[in-house]
Amino acid sequence: MAINWFKYSAPTTFYGLAGKLIPWFAISSAILFVVGLYIGFAVAPADYQQGEFYRIIFIHVPSSILSMFLYLVMAGYAALGLIFNTRLSAMMATAIAPTGALFAFISLWTGALWGKPMWGAWWVWDARLTSELILLFLYLGFIALHASIDDPRRADRASALLAIVGSVNVPIIYFSVKWWNTLHQGSTIKFSGTSMHVAMQQAMFITLAACWLYAIAVVLARVRSIILERERNTTWITELPEVRS
Amino acid sequence: MSGLDIWMRENPLAYVWLGSYAVAMLIFAIEIAMVVHKRKITLQQVRLMREAEDEAEGND
Repeated sequence: MAINWFKYSAPTTFYGLAGKLIPWFAISSAILFVVGLYIGFAVAPADYQQGEFYRIIFIHVPSSILSMFLYLVMAGYAALGLIFNTRLSAMMATAIAPTGALFAFISLWTGALWGKPMWGAWWVWDARLTSELILLFLYLGFIALHASIDDPRRADRASALLAIVGSVNVPIIYFSVKWWNTLHQGSTIKFSGTSMHVAMQQAMFITLAACWLYAIAVVLARVRSIILERERNTTWITELPEVRS
Repeated sequence: MSGLDIWMRENPLAYVWLGSYAVAMLIFAIEIAMVVHKRKITLQQVRLMREAEDEAEGND
């Protein structure tokens, strides 16, 4: 049976679908966080060089990956909204920005906490750290620009341009450790393999999945509020059971 | 070496937990609370609008 995926690009159908999906993503995220942190703290051994401090990795790496990936997804939705003038795409981009900004902040915060015992400094103007800080500013710029324009459609277009232009920063963050001599270490996990202990890998990938599911759940919940707000003058909104009650 | 340096080296797990995981969980909790609050406020606004429209139709 063929599924008409375009049907779900309309706010009317997406609103209901998102409502049904949120609990599944939220519950699986909570379970995976517990499992990931259990493996990370109770099963994975201490690092021979960094001791217990390396365990920051189980939140630092997932939040860094998500901060970059969410930016690309946000820019993708913004571009779709700009090109095809689709309502839901712009709403999705607006909903992703705060979560992306929070992951960028967590990445910088946990990085600083890891840097202090390892490098002896909370912050250094290293290429990786600086480009990640710029990513946080890009998220904040997107949110501020969108909020500063009263007309939502104009706000969508202006902030979409910022998101698209800013996406050039994501490969800079990713390749910064290769292009420049940085204090920040290079990738530990490569396509050619890794030297990480298997339990460390498991914990990191599980917490990464948990962060992903958390981000999806929160973004879906936020986009439902945005849909309600933007479509409040339509009849389908006034006929929703939660509005009628 | 400052007091914090000495404390973090003596209690690395407490440093990791309180510094990064507790802060991250707090940030997640605040974000969830904000999303739930936004939903409540938006629903309230939409209901008020609907009631105002119903009243206006009743007066006509």
